[in-house]
Amino acid sequence: MSFDYDAVPALRDVSLSLAPSEFVALVGPNGSGKSTLLRLLLGLLRPRQGRVEMFGGPPTALRDRSRLGYVPQRSHLAPELPATVREVVAGGRLSTGRWWRRTGPADRAAVDHALTAAALTDLAVRPITELSGGQQQRALIARALVSDPELLILDEPIAGVDAESQRLFRNSLVHLVAEHRTAILLVSHELGAVADDLDRVIVLKQRVLFDGPPPDLAARGVSLGVHAEDLPLWLEDLR
Amino acid sequence: MSLLALALPWPFDREYMQLALGVGLVVGACAPLVGAFLVDRHLSLLGDGIGHLAFAGVAAGLLLSISPLWTALAVAVVGAVLVEWLRTRGKASGDLALALFFYGGIAAGAVLASRAATNGITVNILPYLFGSILTVTGTDLVFVSAIGAVILLTVFVAHRAWFAIGLDEESARVMGLPVALLNALLATLTAVTIVAATRIVGVLLVAALMVLPVAAARLVARSQTRTLAFASAVGIVSVVLGLGAARIWGLAPGGTIVLVSALVFAVTSVVTGRTPAVPHGHH
Repeated sequence: MSFDYDAVPALRDVSLSLAPSEFVALVGPNGSGKSTLLRLLLGLLRPRQGRVEMFGGPPTALRDRSRLGYVPQRSHLAPELPATVREVVAGGRLSTGRWWRRTGPADRAAVDHALTAAALTDLAVRPITELSGGQQQRALIARALVSDPELLILDEPIAGVDAESQRLFRNSLVHLVAEHRTAILLVSHELGAVADDLDRVIVLKQRVLFDGPPPDLAARGVSLGVHAEDLPLWLEDLR
Repeated sequence: MSLLALALPWPFDREYMQLALGVGLVVGACAPLVGAFLVDRHLSLLGDGIGHLAFAGVAAGLLLSISPLWTALAVAVVGAVLVEWLRTRGKASGDLALALFFYGGIAAGAVLASRAATNGITVNILPYLFGSILTVTGTDLVFVSAIGAVILLTVFVAHRAWFAIGLDEESARVMGLPVALLNALLATLTAVTIVAATRIVGVLLVAALMVLPVAAARLVARSQTRTLAFASAVGIVSVVLGLGAARIWGLAPGGTIVLVSALVFAVTSVVTGRTPAVPHGHH
């Protein structure tokens, strides 16, 4: 598929797919089209050419939205919103449909499970604004997990997060893939924490420059532990 | 309405004060419940814009000799949906869309009211602008109570979805929430709330009762549920103290109620040592 903003190309002839229980990282420098690709996958944009399919149909036609989990960048959060961690996580259950219905025992059990999976049980009644950046990020991950999705899309989930939160984050994702067969698409500049767990890495710069297992990328002399500022430099080597 | 000639203590011993108190309690409890979701979206001034439109509706009612509350309701609801459409479709920036309604509404109200006066209709718009406890009737109480029930029911049903949208609209869309519909519903409920409060607070001050109690509640509440409960409580306290003070000292009730809620906010801020959080990095 291709996409452009008012004739300015953002994505050109991009073709990729994800299989169940696959753990895939999407990397690329700023302006490479990662966010555009993400928005196309989520059904927030429509491709100019080509098509996007999610679970066999266009993302906008996906009726059971609980099959898709999405973790936005933490900066999308309204920082002054008064809400507990539990309230934020419980919001994820709205994807199971019927937003007008009352929450039931199944919802509460799912929230408890997601809080446990994200190691947030002790912080459940704390206002989310009082948490560290890493803890807030885990709350957003718990919100995405609470509907038990088959595909989890994460947008820069560990940017500016402390080492302990990165470790907990990595454990949560590995558990999801192994136990729930959840497919994961991780958009991130910082892949060090999950480098050993990835099945594939996709390098994007308007086009797909690389799509394959991490060892193949390493064979080209590219490390997954590189810092954000280095990315454009090592991307040049892939041409 | 002798039904309400209750044995309440001074300053609520008179029937007209009891009618005003009845309407005021409904408005004081409900307006902040709606306002909380406007504050979440940084749309605190939306109520003000719709209030100005409601004034045009009041003037139209006076000119056409129809109940001004019904015409205000019709104009406010249509205007609310329109301003939301303008805002979300990017036809006009949020503040520009609001400015259009601020000035257009008050100008249309002034023109229509002057036209009514020219036609020989007795026009007294001050009670609608700033509220008047003397003009509240039993019919108003029934009207406002019905609106209050609609507000409570709608907030009860939609609050989780509205909260999710306020937290992160993009994620809410990904979750499959009908964001445009829910935003239009909130705008409509804002219009309905404003018309309900017109008698007691007036169209120019009603939005304050939707926002100030929420601002005070946010200083102390640590959850969304408690924010709603505290804001509603502050609204009720403001109405009771404001109406009482208005009776005692012969003050404009709308202004007095709003000043009390501003005072509650100021005292809460001093006692807690907190000020409203400034949004940053939010879009």
